[in-house]
Order: sequence, then C-alpha cells, then structure tokens
Amino acid sequence: MSMSELPLSEGKSVVIKPQAREEAGVRTLSRGSAGPIVTTIVVIIALLWSVPTFGLFVASFMPPNLIKTTGWWTSLVPPWNFTLENYINVIQANGMGQAFVNSLIISIPGTIFPILLGAFAAYAFAWLRFPGRNLIYFIVVALLVVPSQIALEPVLQIFTALGFTGQYWAVWAAHTAFGLPFAVFLLRNFFAALPADLMESAHIDGASSFRVFWRIVLPLSVPALASLAIFQFMWVWNDLLVSLIFLSGNPDHSPMTLTVANLVGQYGENYPVLTAASFLSMALPLILFFSLQRYFVRGILAGSVKG
Amino acid sequence: MATLATTERATKPPRRRVQGISWSAWFWIGPVLILLGVFFIWPFIDSIILSLQNNDSTAFVGLKNYQLIFTNPDLLNVLKNNLLWLVVGTLLTVGLGLVIAVLVDRVKIESAIKSALFIPMAISFVGAGVIWRFMYIYEPANTTQIGLLNALLSLVHIGPQVWTINEAFNNFSLIAVYVWMWTGFSMVIISAALKGIPDEIIEAARMDGASRLTMFWRITVPMISPTMVVVVTTMLINILKIFDVVYVMTGGNYDTSVIAMEFYNQLFNFSHYGLGSALAVVLTIVVLPVMYINLRQLRKEERKA
Repeated sequence: MSMSELPLSEGKSVVIKPQAREEAGVRTLSRGSAGPIVTTIVVIIALLWSVPTFGLFVASFMPPNLIKTTGWWTSLVPPWNFTLENYINVIQANGMGQAFVNSLIISIPGTIFPILLGAFAAYAFAWLRFPGRNLIYFIVVALLVVPSQIALEPVLQIFTALGFTGQYWAVWAAHTAFGLPFAVFLLRNFFAALPADLMESAHIDGASSFRVFWRIVLPLSVPALASLAIFQFMWVWNDLLVSLIFLSGNPDHSPMTLTVANLVGQYGENYPVLTAASFLSMALPLILFFSLQRYFVRGILAGSVKG
Repeated sequence: MATLATTERATKPPRRRVQGISWSAWFWIGPVLILLGVFFIWPFIDSIILSLQNNDSTAFVGLKNYQLIFTNPDLLNVLKNNLLWLVVGTLLTVGLGLVIAVLVDRVKIESAIKSALFIPMAISFVGAGVIWRFMYIYEPANTTQIGLLNALLSLVHIGPQVWTINEAFNNFSLIAVYVWMWTGFSMVIISAALKGIPDEIIEAARMDGASRLTMFWRITVPMISPTMVVVVTTMLINILKIFDVVYVMTGGNYDTSVIAMEFYNQLFNFSHYGLGSALAVVLTIVVLPVMYINLRQLRKEERKA
C-alpha cells in the first residue's frame, strides 16, 4: 500500500502521501490529550455554532401560529406540538417540489460537464506536450479567483441574443465554465502524480491517448474525481447568483435557492413558509455532507484556493 | 512538509512523455479554452469597454465612471463597507479558525466538534440568510421576542435591537453570518497543517523545557505560516466577492452594500452599464494582487512536495 491514511475524523480518513505518514504517526500519544477545561470550551463553541441551524430546524416543525408568537426554544418543553404542516404547505403551494427537481436538473449536468471537460484538459496539461502548455495552464489556474460577476452581463447579452436565457443550457454552460479552473487545477495535479511507467507501457502496447485516458487515468483517479464531484455539486446546488441572472425570467426552471430567495422577498417575515422551505433546500447538501464528509474535507484541503 | 502538501494537490512537476509534440492536445483542451474565453476573457474585455462608456453605452466618457466610484459619497461608503468586511471578516474567520484548531487538536471528540463547525459550509448562503434572519427577528419592546438574540437581550433587560437595520452595527450582523459559515473552513485547513508538524520537533522542544506558549509562538506559528497565507488570501478573495449574504439579508439597503452587491444593483436594477461594469473591473483589479500572493504560495508548496 503506497498511500497511508491520516485520521481526520472519527472513522473517516484522508489519503495522504507516504512521506507524511511518520509525521501523522502516533500524534495523540505523544501530545497527550486535552484536559476537561479545554474540552468544555470546545464543546460550548460547537453547541453555539449549532444553535442557529437547530433553531430553524425546530421552528420548521412548529404550528404556523406558534412560530409567529413564541420563541422556538419554548417548543422544546412538553407538551410537544410538532407538525409537518409547514412542509406540506410549501411543497404544495410554493412550488418547492418542482424547485427540488429543477435543482437536480441543474446540478447533475452542472457537476458532470465541468469534471469531464476539466479531466480532458487536465490530462493534456499533465501528459501531452504542446507549445504554450505551461502558459495556458497558468492562465487557467489564474482564472480561479476572477470574480464570476464580471462575466454575467456580457454573457447574458450573448445568451439573450442566442435565446438561451431562461433555459437550462444557460446555467449548465455557466456552471461548467465557472467550475472549470478548479477542476483543471485539482485533476491536473492528481493526474501528473500518476506513475509514468503505466502510461508508457500502455502506449508501447499500442493504446491511443484516448484509451489511456479512459482505461488508466480516470479509473486511477476516482478519489480525486469524487472529491471534485461533491464539491462542485454543492457549489452548483447552493448557487444563487447564476440562477438569478440566467433563469430569473423563467420561474418554471427556478432551483430551490432562487425559490427560497424569492420567498424571502415576497413574504419577508413569513417564517412558517421560510423555515420549511429553506430546510428543504438544505436537506440534500446536509445528507451528502454527513455521508461523504471525508471527500468533502479532502476537496477543501486540495483546493483551498477556490472558496 | 507540514502544510497542505499532505494532500494530493501538491505534486511533483509533470514528467515529460517521451513522445514528441502532440498536436491532438488542442482537441483535449479545446472545449475548456472556448468556455473560458466566452465566460472570462471576453467578458473582461467587454466590461472594460463598457466601463469607459456612459450608462446606456451610447458614448465614451473616459474614466468618468471610475472617478465616480472614488468620489461619490454613496459609492465611497460601499468601498468602506467592503473594507470593513475584509478586515473584520478575515480576522475573525482566520483567528477563530486558528484558536479552535489549536484547542480541538488534543480533544478526544475532535471529529464531532469539527463537524459542528463545518456544517454551515454545506448550507447555501440563501439558507444561512434565512437561518440568521430568524436569529435576528425583532419584535417591539415589551412584547414576546421570538428571535433568539433579542430574547437573550431581554433576559438581561436590554431593549430589542433591529440587528440588520441599525446602521451602527448592521454590517457586523452580516459579517457574523459569513464568519459562522467560513470559520469551519479555516479551522479544517489549519488543523490539517497542525497535524503535519513532525512529532520529533515537538518532543525536542518539550525536552528542552519549552512552555506551551513558547512552543506555540516558536514552533506552531512558523510551521503553519505557509498554510496561514493560503487561508488568509482565500478569505480575502472570498470576501472581496461577497454578494449572497448581503443580497439575502438586506439587499444592500440600510448602508450595507458592498462592491459586488452595488455592481448587481447598478447593472440589473438600474441598467447603469457604465458604472456597473466599472465596479466589476475595480473588483477584478483589487483581487489580482491577492490572487498573485495566493498562487505564488501554492506554487511554493508544490515545489516543496
């Protein structure tokens, strides 16, 4: 086994380079563990951090008239009076069901396209020789931090001329383009670290570059692809700005973020609607987060430049 | 090294293939170049041209839009707000991230604590906006406060505050939302760097009788400083571009607008193409030096690995 595992969180781990193994080592033994005071402090911090989300979660199950008149913390003591009414209302009346489907329609291609195109380019940057390779790669990486805002108006004009505005194509293209610099950056580094001999021998056996890419590079890069996928999916799912610009003329295609933002604008302080609607919009990212936490953390460690 | 290099991001420079120049490479990178051209290169050129024209793009006005940004009191206020965001937001996310990472390093339930701080990262700005509007709810004095913060204030007999509207502190109310969302990010990265400090160094320092505090300043800080540069620059870039929090919380009203918010309002609400584009160009130009530092640091890390 050439990779070692760095314990990062309970039962989860991150694959790291061999040279880091001894560094990670038996850390906790030699450093001793924290005393009760430090433990208490961090537990309090963690609780404080959880309160806002927990409050909204509890409130979303309160009867509408109670949300408006009492604090959510009062509902924690018996008699409990929780209900699914708010959720049923927003799914039926506010189009959150359709918005959930729209979010999926936007996010799945919005994740697959940039990864696929980014992988193609990353392969070329890592393993093919062509003039200007380093310069082009540097420009692509530099685009990582160019504010996407600058693209909105000029691209909107092009899209409007082409009749793309309000169509899924417009947001797919935008999310693909905005996701590409990060995808190329992450994958090129991963691809470049793959063993050269493997590819050399495949080429000697007569395999084309395309075959090497599909049969060797991609299967060996599943960990990097997984990190990238979850990161990109969350990013697209949670996006507001791109949908706001390219889809706002077409409410039928609105994703959940845009729908919730519109509900905020429309109802302002209507918390029975807002609590349930925003929790629905968070449900999938939260489930993904808890089930794929290590990939998420790894993606963040790998691409901290992105933000 | 004891930094981000412990992840697969940092790699050796690519080994050259024995083959000659591959012209087919252009097919591999072609789609990426076209998309980046349409979404980055062309818009940047177009924005520069638009920013030199008047608001309905009918005549060239030179640098007048830029002059306006740096002289108009309302727009100066926008820049001032962005600066406040940059200083307070970066200090708090990185500072708290560092403190919590150090504290949590030797705690048994480390992973649970980290998850709690990290969850907000998975939530959209829109969701976070609703969560915090709910925290900040204001009801008139002497009525039941249903927002947690005002309810706590009433416990200590302080009148309820209009957190997002009172211009004395509403910018801080918004920055708090960002800090809540992004401290977990700083903490996770800094924590990984802390774990990368070799045990031998810590052992040696301990045998030499170094105190905890001395060890922190003499060992921990220098060892993780490359990571800190990456975290700080990432936060600066993020905050320069901050939009969603402001959009959802106040829409830029009540003196809370920032560059990206103002840009959005000028372009899409007032159709002021000249001024809007000038704001976008200013934003990009301000980001460039931060980006340069960030990239240089990342390249250094790559070489070390």
